[in-house]
Parts: sequence; C-alpha cells; structure tokens
Amino acid sequence: MKRFFPIFGAITSALLAFALYEALIAAPTEQTMGNVQRIFYYHVPSAWTAFLLFSLNFMASVQYLVRRNRSSDRLANWIVIALGVITCIVAFVVKLPDGIEPSSVASTGIAAVGIYFLIRKYFAGDKLDAFAVSTAEVGVVFCTVVLVTGPLWARPVWGIWWTWDIRLTTTFVLWLIYVSYLLLRRFSNGSQTAVIASALAIFGALDVPLVYFSIWFFPTQHPQPVIGDGGSIDPRMLRVLLLNWVAFLCFALLLCWARYRLEVLRREVDETLALESLLDPRSSR
Amino acid sequence: MKFLFAAYAATWLIHTCYMATLARRFNQLRNQIKEIAERKS
Repeated sequence: MKRFFPIFGAITSALLAFALYEALIAAPTEQTMGNVQRIFYYHVPSAWTAFLLFSLNFMASVQYLVRRNRSSDRLANWIVIALGVITCIVAFVVKLPDGIEPSSVASTGIAAVGIYFLIRKYFAGDKLDAFAVSTAEVGVVFCTVVLVTGPLWARPVWGIWWTWDIRLTTTFVLWLIYVSYLLLRRFSNGSQTAVIASALAIFGALDVPLVYFSIWFFPTQHPQPVIGDGGSIDPRMLRVLLLNWVAFLCFALLLCWARYRLEVLRREVDETLALESLLDPRSSR
Repeated sequence: MKFLFAAYAATWLIHTCYMATLARRFNQLRNQIKEIAERKS
C-alpha cells in the first residue's frame, strides 16, 4: 500500500496538470462571461468533492454510533437498505423538479448504500473514527475553496462579492458546522469526544442536501443547474468539468489517505505515551 | 482575467497550505516516535 501512494500521487499530479490545461486553454470561452467562466471548472468540482467527503463523514459517523450496540447496528443496516430501495422507487414514481433525472436519483441511492457497506467492511472502531476525521478535514479544505472561488466569480459577473442567497448561505453554514466539528476534535480531550463529534457530524451532513437542492426549490441569485435535463452546457465544457472533477476526486482521495495515516499513527503514539506514563509515571511528559 | 488568475491561485494556495500542515504534523509525529524509541532503548 505504501508503494502505491507515490504512484497514485504521480498519476494524480499528471491528471491535475492536464485538467488545468483543459480548463484554461482547451475549453471554449463562454460568450457572455468570457474567461471568468473558467472559474467554474474549479468551483463546481470542489463543491461536489466537498459534498462527497461530508457524505462519507456522515456514513462513518452514523456507523461509529450504531456499531457500539449490535442490535442497533443490525437495525441501521436494514434501514440503509430500505432507504436505498425507497429512493429508487420514489425516483420513478414521484414527479421530481425539472433538472433532476430519476435515474440519477436512483443511482445515487444505490451508490450510497454500496459505499455505506464498503465503509462498514473496511473500517471499525477507532479506524472508523479516524476515517471520519480525515474526510471532514479534507472536506473543509474543499469547501473553503468553494467559498473563496465563488466570490471571485461573483464580483465580475454579479458586481458584488457576496449576497445572502440561500445556496451561498447554506454553504457557509455547512462550512461553519464542519469547522466547529474540527475545533471540537482539536480542543476536547474527553472520552466522549468521538461520540459528540459523530452526533454533530450527522446534524452537519443534513445541510448537504439542503445546499445541493436549494437552487431547485428556491431559485434565487445563484445560477441554475447547467447539467442534466434542465441544463444547456456545451458538451466540450461538460467534458472539461468532469475531467476536473475526476482529478480533484483523486487529489481528495490522496489527501484523505495521508490524513488517515496521520490520524492512525497519532493515536498509536498517544496510546504508547499513555501506557508509558501508566507503567512509569516519571517518564510521562 | 485577474479574477480567473486569483481564483486558480487561491485554490492552489489553500491546497498547498493544507499539504504543508500535513507534512508538518507528520514531522512532529516522526520526532515523537524517535523520542519514544530512544527512551525505550
């Protein structure tokens, strides 16, 4: 696994460099906004990556709480499967707002169930908590990129840096919730820190669908979706957008991997130090 | 054009800062592990 890290790092670097070239040079220039529109190739993939990371954090946090008890764990598994099935049925039965395709809702539901059980298979106990911290921290980094690049696009296009539009406000609230999650982790030393942080993460993740669907339900200043049924994006622009998303996803995976290794190692060092101080109190710092 | 440059530069500045903090934390941890190993030997 350690050997794979530099190889994957090199692939990701090449992919990011190619995606940057495509975004700045190869993608066609938008007619009304001009070159400023190219911010979109960094802003949107960063937002999608942040949402994905917060969703992973949500799943890990739920599992950290429910797996403390066998019956609640079993119940949670059935609830997750039921939610996946209900999502698939609802996607094709209920009339969705324009721009939301039933097939994308159904496939997202199935993917979420799959990811939940993948996390369940590969992470348990403290490692599950370490995974949750890693995804939250990297998610905050990507969310910060979204909040910085957004105003840099808004200033020349809208004439203002910021407005308290529902999409912008909910994104800012999401960032604040996860920053408070990280602060809680950083400054709390109690044995219940992981449990409290997991509960906070669950509430925080509830903001993710609110941010994502806000432009469908409350159309305001933020641009409407340009992808899917309601969108009218140029196929060349869509290709560059997806390429940048793949590159940022690989980069996020790399960062999460490094952060996870750091967290696991830190916990091992803390345990060793605690054990040392128990065995020989004079050796503790 | 300056806004486009600023957005791309800011993105990479944020990512570089984060990678630098990760590297710094790894180094601190490596030093701690070294200290523990020295104490044990």
